[in-house]
This record gives sequence, structure tokens and C-alpha cells, in this order.
Amino acid sequence: MAHDGSAKQVERLSRRSVLWRSAALTAATGGFASQVNAQGTTGNLPPNNAEWTTRPGGPFLNPPYGQPSPFEKGVVRVLPSAPNPFPTGTRTPLEKLHGTITPNGLFFERHHAGVPAIDPDQHRLMVHGLVDRPLLLDMNDLVRFPSVTRIHFLECSGNSSSQYVGPSGRTAQEIHGLVSCAQWTGVRLATVLAEAGVKPQGKWILAEGADAAAMTRSIPMELAMAEGMLVYAQNGEKLRPEQGYPLRLFLPGIEGNMSIKWLRRLKVGDQPFYTREETSKYTDLLPDGSALEFSFLMDAKSVILSPSGTQRVQKGTFHEISGIAWSGRGRIKAVDVSVDGGRTWQEAALEGPVLSKALTRFRLPWRWDGSPVVLQSRAMDESGYVQPTRKALVAARGSSYVYHYNAIQSWRVAASGEVSNAHA
Amino acid sequence: MRTLNVLWIACAAATLAAGCAVRAPGVEANSGQPLGIGRAPTAQEMRGWNIDVRPDGTGLPAGSGSVALGKTVYDAKCAACHGADGKGATAPALAGGVGSLGSGKPVRTIGSFWPYATTVYDYIYRAMPWDKPMSLTSDEVYGVTAYLLSRDKVVPDNAVLDAKSLAAVRMPNRAGFKPSDDRARLSGNRCMRDC
Repeated sequence: MAHDGSAKQVERLSRRSVLWRSAALTAATGGFASQVNAQGTTGNLPPNNAEWTTRPGGPFLNPPYGQPSPFEKGVVRVLPSAPNPFPTGTRTPLEKLHGTITPNGLFFERHHAGVPAIDPDQHRLMVHGLVDRPLLLDMNDLVRFPSVTRIHFLECSGNSSSQYVGPSGRTAQEIHGLVSCAQWTGVRLATVLAEAGVKPQGKWILAEGADAAAMTRSIPMELAMAEGMLVYAQNGEKLRPEQGYPLRLFLPGIEGNMSIKWLRRLKVGDQPFYTREETSKYTDLLPDGSALEFSFLMDAKSVILSPSGTQRVQKGTFHEISGIAWSGRGRIKAVDVSVDGGRTWQEAALEGPVLSKALTRFRLPWRWDGSPVVLQSRAMDESGYVQPTRKALVAARGSSYVYHYNAIQSWRVAASGEVSNAHA
Repeated sequence: MRTLNVLWIACAAATLAAGCAVRAPGVEANSGQPLGIGRAPTAQEMRGWNIDVRPDGTGLPAGSGSVALGKTVYDAKCAACHGADGKGATAPALAGGVGSLGSGKPVRTIGSFWPYATTVYDYIYRAMPWDKPMSLTSDEVYGVTAYLLSRDKVVPDNAVLDAKSLAAVRMPNRAGFKPSDDRARLSGNRCMRDC
């Protein structure tokens, strides 16, 4: 190729880059993939050199905040299957993700009165009640505190709740998509509470959001002090609006509802505040009509993602069974996998680093012989807690229980290779 | 209180200034001295946000409302979502279901399930109506609370509620709750063969 640097060549290049820019803009609006497909693909396969190999590619990031490949447009959060007149939440496409960190654009969301659009310059956190020095903090104040960064999962306590009643939902996303995992940055709650000086009578904290529900939960002081964080960043960027921008509470291993988003107020009291969320919701109704209150912990749980519901397995071929496990009690110690509906189990390999209260990836090589089978995974954590069977869980709790469903998930592989949700 | 805060801030500033020379960089946060970040909210600032209401009635404002007033407000601003008489529509039922909790089909409402009546006031004020939270006056919130409680006969149809009488209401399911013991959660069995 001649390198004459002629004006003509420069002009041609710049015109081409203009064309690419407009293509990238189309991509941002979702129309790019169909354009590419419309050009046909067979000519791009070996032994031919593909069109993307035989002409220069696009320029730097455009838009400046990058987007996934337009070919990945099916990897999105979905709304709940039942229509709801009030916005409630979206679920993470677990089976379409890799590793253990959830991209922020796919992190599940749950809200009780919509997502507020908060100007961070006008956001304040008030800390008061049984403290020596009530505080009013703006976002600049909050980032000045010594910071910490931790990787933890967050799970809605209503995740998988439809399974109490019977098999419902087809994909891992539909059934278990109210769990995600991220790297969180903020200031320890203990640091801010020490700044305010909690009085000895201060035993519970009311956390309140700035959303239209002024969302509130009561948190025991011990729990808040242990690992609680006031978070302003997620996976390296500022929180997304649906995750509580500009400030949220984060309580590792604890039901998601308590990690109050859009946090505006912490009030220290001597006893629980008994808000609507911890009385009418997020309590566990037992078969005898009594109910448990303040059941905070998210127990050990796991789910096979590959293969999982609606996917297809080919007979006689190699597959890596792979999925995620997590526990609110600490680190995952082991994950066992059964390929015969729970009669026999093999210990899967855990991919490190295995972090406390974080998603952990497990893997097990497998070759399917073509006969119908049921695949299961069972997590055990460092406290010795073992994920229970569905039968045992429902026998203990009944089917009116709503929260904290953590039973073993079964996936049935039919003779056709089709994988579906089953209650084995 | 405010004087104390001002004193403390002055004190902290002096301590920080004096301590700078001897403190190593990266010293553990809160190793004794406050960092002096933020300021004290004024009494007025605190008043606007200090809206929570506790089971003993602490936090309830002055004012009062009757069942009759509550019905008027409810019909105008709540019934579209929660249905006539609180029976439920697109939003959950608020009344009915008393005595159903131990049945196969429990109905969880204010009257059947909620342990404290004060929580009803707290929630209505902070979050309702859906499209305009914090827009009701305290009289209106007392009234709607009274109306909803009257649906399940927790208060009589001629009730007028205020801070004192609302805190004195005993809910039907008050004794229905016990603290969860997370340590006692159901655990599985790690059987590996012939399970």
C-alpha cells in the first residue's frame, strides 16, 4: 500500500469516518444489528475474509459512554411477567452473564414509588436521634470520609418467591433474577455513626430514602456497625439512578429491602420503628398464622445457569455445567452438583477468589448421554449451612411464605435436550 | 442543643489543627477524634424531615380526624387504586381478612396483619396518595387512618382519632409476631450418595 499522504486519501478516510460515526449513532438507537444482518453473513465466513477484516473499523467510543455490541441487544433486564400498574422492579439476565460481577446496566432493580431524579448538589443526609452531634452531610462531605471498596451480592428477599407455590417462570432470570453482585465503594456506616457519636441507648437505626415512598426500614445497631456502608459508587462509576443515586445504604448479606436507596436520613433510636415495610411486608407468615419479624439474613443459595431453563443441550457432546452460589453468612465453602435429580452428588470446582457475601462461580465438566435427567446444585457456606431441598423448605414454611426462598433449583433436561424449570 | 453543637465544632476544629503535626498520614478514621466533616442541622431543618411515627405514638402531630372525614378523603384519593371500602383493586386490599392468617388463604391487611395502628398514619403520610405523597394534612391522615381501621371494626364508625387515641389502639394481630432467629433457619443435609 502506498503511503503518499495525498490530500485525496486523507479526505477519503475522513469521509469514511463520518460514515462510521453515523453508523455508530444508529447502533446506539438499536438499529445497527439489523443493518449488518441485512448485508448477509455467508460471505464473511472462512475461507473468505470478512468485510470487517477488509476495511477499517469504527473510530473511538461513540457515544463517549460505551455501549455493548449491538449483537448483544437481547441481554437486558426484563419486567415481571405479571402486568403491574405500579413500577416495581426488573431482573438480571443471570444466564446470559459471565463471571460474578453484574454490569451496572443489568443490575436488578426494585423500587416502591419509582426512580427519583436527584440532583446530587441538593441531596443531603441527616444523621440525628440518639447521637451526640447531629449531622447534615452533603455529597462532598460524604466522599471526604475515609472510603472502602467491597465486592458483595445484593438479593431481594422476595427473589424466587413464586417457587413456594409451584414451578413458575422459565429462565434463571425470571425465577432468580433479583440477585446481582457488584463492587461497592463508599464510607463505612460505622465511620459516619462515630462522627455523630451514638449514645449508649442507641440500639436501632431508622434509614429513610428520598424517594416518593420515603422508604424506611429499622436496622439493629450491631448489624449496621458490622459491615454497613453508605455507598456512592458501583463497579467504579457513580450509582445508577435506579440503584439509589447519589447515595444508598448497603448491608452485605442482608435482604435487599434494607439497603435503603436514595438515602436521606439516619435516625438513631432505642427500639425498632415498626415501619410499614417491616410489618405489612418483609415479615414471614407461618402456617399457624403467626409471623416472624426482622428476618434479615439471606441464606446460602445456588443456581445452575448453564444449562438452564429454555436452553438446549446436545446429546453426546461436552458441556461445562456452570452457575453461581452465594450466602449472606459469609464465604461459599462448596457447591455440589447432581445430574440425576439428587440421588448422587459431585463437588464442583469453585473459581476464586471466593469472597464473603459475594457471588461465587462453580463449574463441573459433563457429557450428556441423551436420557432425560434432572440437574441440581447445592451450596454450603463457611458456617456449615447447607441449601435445603424444595420439599423440606415448603414442608417447614408452607406455601403462604413469601420471602427468603433458597431451595435447591432443579432443571429438567428432556430427551429432546430442552431444559425447563422443574420441582423434582 | 444548638449551643452545644457549635461548641463541639469549635472544639473539633481546634483539635484537628493541633493534631495535624503529629498525626501520621492514613491514620485510622475515628480513632478517637471526630473528623469534623459536615455540620449540625438546624432545628428547622430537622423538623421538616423528622416525620417518623413510633408504635408508642412518638412523632404523631397535633390534629384529629373522624371516620367520616376519612371516608371523604379515601373516596376521592385512594379508592381508585385500593377499591371501594379498602377491598383492593390494582393496589392491595387494606381491609378484610381478619382471622384468615392461619388458613390456607391468608389475607394480609391492616386489620388482619399490622401490629401497630401508628404505622398506618406514618405510611399514609410519607407515601400516599401514590401520585402525591406528603400532600395530605394531618387531619386528613388521621381521618383516613380512622376510616381504614373502622372497616375492620378496630375502631367504631364514629371514631375521631388524634395522637393520643391512635397510640392507644390495640391491633387484632398485635401478638402475632415473634422475632426471627436467623441462626435457626432450615438447613439441608450434605448427602453425597443414595440420597
